[in-house]
Amino acid sequence: MNYSRFIAAGLGVAITTTFVAATVVAGPVEDTLVIDDEIEIITRAPSSEGHPLPEVISGWHYRTDSTRAMEADSFANGGMLGVEQGAALWSTVEGSEGKSCESCHQDAATSMAGVGAIYPKWHEESGRPMNIELRINACRVDNMGAEPYKFDKGGQKPLTAFIKHQSLGEPVKVNLEEGEMQKWWEAGKELYYKRTGQLNLSCASCHELNNGKHIRADHLSQGNVNGFPTYRLKQGNLISLHNRFRGCIRDTRAEFPDAFSDDLMALEVYTTWRGQGLSVETPAVRQ
Amino acid sequence: MTKQSFHRRAFLSASAAAALSAFFGSGRVFAEAADVAKAIEAFTAGSEAGEGALTLTTPEIAENGNSVPVSVLVESPMTADDYVESVMLLAEGNPLPEVATFNFTPMSGEAKASTRMRLAKTQNVVALAKLSNGEIYKASNNVKVTIGGCGG
Amino acid sequence: MAKPRIKVPKKVSAGDVITIKTLVSHKMESGQRKDKEGKPIPRMIINKFSCEFNGTPVFSCDIDPAIAANPYFEFKAKVEEAGTFKFTWVDDEGEVIEAEKEISLS
Repeated sequence: MNYSRFIAAGLGVAITTTFVAATVVAGPVEDTLVIDDEIEIITRAPSSEGHPLPEVISGWHYRTDSTRAMEADSFANGGMLGVEQGAALWSTVEGSEGKSCESCHQDAATSMAGVGAIYPKWHEESGRPMNIELRINACRVDNMGAEPYKFDKGGQKPLTAFIKHQSLGEPVKVNLEEGEMQKWWEAGKELYYKRTGQLNLSCASCHELNNGKHIRADHLSQGNVNGFPTYRLKQGNLISLHNRFRGCIRDTRAEFPDAFSDDLMALEVYTTWRGQGLSVETPAVRQ
Repeated sequence: MTKQSFHRRAFLSASAAAALSAFFGSGRVFAEAADVAKAIEAFTAGSEAGEGALTLTTPEIAENGNSVPVSVLVESPMTADDYVESVMLLAEGNPLPEVATFNFTPMSGEAKASTRMRLAKTQNVVALAKLSNGEIYKASNNVKVTIGGCGG
Repeated sequence: MAKPRIKVPKKVSAGDVITIKTLVSHKMESGQRKDKEGKPIPRMIINKFSCEFNGTPVFSCDIDPAIAANPYFEFKAKVEEAGTFKFTWVDDEGEVIEAEKEISLS
């Protein structure tokens, strides 16, 4: 018989009936994250005004010893393979204008320092928030004369990871004062609390009300987004934020929105705000 | 903004817990005891295994079976006439028990190595060390592999 | 294939036992999986990794499909002289990745 399907059928029942209190590790682990004994990462921070939780905690605290150790050593972190690939893309000429990212922005260590910490950001021309992936695509089309990357394809994940990695350790801060960011924040908040799918779960069901507990063997975190694109052990690869959003929504057994749709951009604005104060961890290491 | 799809409680026939089968598929479920015995026999050529000189380090719990850290260390002077030749790793509960074989030389200085392996389920991991003098050592650990609820 | 990552200490003293770490990008297709149509996906892994110093073998690994994607190896080497480490990865299709790292004595 197909064993995995049997498990899947039972999963719905398990989730809807119980959030199991931790049997192995209760709540977030007490530990501090210093990458390569050098870069201090803020993994606990006082929450922003209006945040329902008293403290925001990085998902790093919810992982096992060996997974946490992998993130603390940039060499052991498989996501750094993607970052290196992104570094090569940064100086690769593409498109009709004969330009690379580097042609305009020179050394990313200087020009991109801090940038990953302040996105998503209001974009006046398009009248919506822009994340790093959309910013890269706008640059490719407007300045390089190149095709935009399709979602999760081409160099999108490695280049996004490389750019965000230039802000490693910087505290996340989104500017809700610009343009209509407040409106998008509100739309994102509404989605965060909206129950959805056959399992009737909202983001808050797991990540606000039950973080620190287990869904079956999965230790629920606060769902902060400061480490994306994240290296996931399951896929052995970088996973983008919108892929993770879609995965979460799929797990509630709902249809999921398109990447970079209004829904997911609103959710990105709101969840990034929820994790404000935590350092950029890109590429974080998760299960 | 359009929000219909996210808001509708639509049916989706997703299998949420395919984690176990992600890398191992639905072919053979686990190694036969005979496969494990055969691999051990091939490595040891029938010699009895002692205990003590070989340390196998694995996590008690692996939160994802697709990448489980594993280290071995064998006490040895690592000189030209007394060194550790190789260490074989076996996962008794995988579809195929062989994981890897580390080959050392006196130039290794220390018979110590680490890698990351795939474990299909909770099971015993076995390490066997072969020394240049023909001695065999064995160590084994149980690793609990958790099946996460969230595929993502 | 992407460039492998290798970590070797830059300065060592004669007689030191040093730690070497390597990480290479590879999907390590196990041969145990099936595609959406139910057809088996052929095995495609790195099956051998080796490290030499000035032409002498230091460490090698025979690799089976149970090694995780993006294979990582950490091992030791005793260094008596300055020279060059050579690293080689070979996959099932015969593709070879090679890299070198020089060290000097302090």
